[in-house]
Amino acid sequence: MTVLDATGEEVMTIGAARELADGEVVLVGVGPPNAAANLARRLDAPDCVLVYESGAIGARPQRLPLSIGDDDLAAAAQDLVSVPEMFNYWIGAGRIDVGFLGASQIDRFGNINTTVIGDYQHPKVRLPGAGGAPEIAASAKRVIVLLRHSLRSFVSEVDFVTSVGRELDGDSRVSAVITDLGVLRPSPEDGELELVALHPGVEADQVVEATGWPLRVREPLEVTEPVTERELAELRALRLSANGG
Amino acid sequence: MKKAGQIQPLPEAVASLVKDGSFVALEGFTHLIPFAAGHEVMRQGRTDLTVVRLTPDVLFDQLIGLGRVRRVIFSYGGNPGVGSLHRFRDAVEHGWPRSIELREHSHAGLANAYVAGASRLPFAVLRGYAGTDLPEQSEDIAFLNCPFTGQRLSAVRAINPDVTIIHAQQADRHGNVQLWGLTGVQKEAVLAARHAIVTVEELVDELSPRPRAIVLPNWVLDAVCHVPDGAWPSYAADFSVRDNGFYEEWDGIARDRDRFTQWMEDNVLTTAAPAVAR
Repeated sequence: MTVLDATGEEVMTIGAARELADGEVVLVGVGPPNAAANLARRLDAPDCVLVYESGAIGARPQRLPLSIGDDDLAAAAQDLVSVPEMFNYWIGAGRIDVGFLGASQIDRFGNINTTVIGDYQHPKVRLPGAGGAPEIAASAKRVIVLLRHSLRSFVSEVDFVTSVGRELDGDSRVSAVITDLGVLRPSPEDGELELVALHPGVEADQVVEATGWPLRVREPLEVTEPVTERELAELRALRLSANGG
Repeated sequence: MKKAGQIQPLPEAVASLVKDGSFVALEGFTHLIPFAAGHEVMRQGRTDLTVVRLTPDVLFDQLIGLGRVRRVIFSYGGNPGVGSLHRFRDAVEHGWPRSIELREHSHAGLANAYVAGASRLPFAVLRGYAGTDLPEQSEDIAFLNCPFTGQRLSAVRAINPDVTIIHAQQADRHGNVQLWGLTGVQKEAVLAARHAIVTVEELVDELSPRPRAIVLPNWVLDAVCHVPDGAWPSYAADFSVRDNGFYEEWDGIARDRDRFTQWMEDNVLTTAAPAVAR
């Protein structure tokens, strides 16, 4: 693994934080994306604008919010707007540079499922549903998905398309999938996700085995920069802050 | 016609406006969630409800787990920051204690359905839904072409609940209401409904304007009820903080049918209603 004893989830979160350029407007979803965006703001993107679908624009939370509606988000935000305004004027109108999304399942073209595992009418597992993801996936200039690698999550075809990864005309909506093992990006030819980078210490075979379709490996395969002490320390401090520390 | 916006005890407001089979919106997007009012609906035994909310979290988990819901209209059914809603899942996956009908949207779709409802239009137009499997599973989503540009857009059916229930920070003695912070979709939900009940943290002689606040004049409200801490375990900005610990604890309570049932009996169904009215 890496030189530092970072967990897979930490490597994933740090990898996602690095994708953000300073000053970008980022729509932050629940879970790992929330940690990644807040980490970026503490590292090399202090001026990125965090937007939460709950209505906070330019949020500057002191702690890592547990939910996207924590009081801390509203307290120091540039603006607070209603939910219809958020989706119509800000997200739908295309004012978001980067949409950070989680997923329960993702398929070879980046289609995302957060609705059901199994049949819709008789699901094996009922998942939370769409939330803001379909519009974020459709409207953000770049969409980055954060998801731990496993055969259960990386499937050839999702059980339900909640958010579109590849449009009917073939355009990819997802620009990167960052996992605990490496980074996948759509192929310029057909939009199928392929492995473009490994995290340090991970072998390509591991990723192929954890992917539910014959995963193509782009040559030359890159290795992501090792996690730095600063990145890890900031992320752990952020996680502690979620518990009021 | 003008309504009263009358200040009255919560049990009276709920008894007069929420009936078995009613279509009820209980709104609050991660903030100002009307828990106390929802609990009063449960205590009064109301059932066969159609309930709507963008984010049916713990409050809807409770209503569904008690078997009071026939249909739920929603866009995200999770326990924010924690995980699954176990009672909601049990009802959908196993029909316990009864099966429920789902009408599912994205947040954008449902928010716009309220906008259409508030505008008394039959539908709203938005980008989105194209390519997803959501329209196939819902009679409330369709596609149309823009009459000016020909652009293909989606349409969502308007929502007009029988009654919308929300929680707010303040009301004055005349029943005018002010809420601020993350105001979600509450204004649209109130104006989309035929009737509206608002519970508030405090009654004041006069409302002092707050930045970015929403004011709901008394003549669009049927009842205003003084219920301090009526959003717990959610919160009311400047009055309380979100009880994140309870949301985490709920995961364990709701995971088990018996533990859930006992918890509801002890903490909601057999407790006294907040009766404050001044």
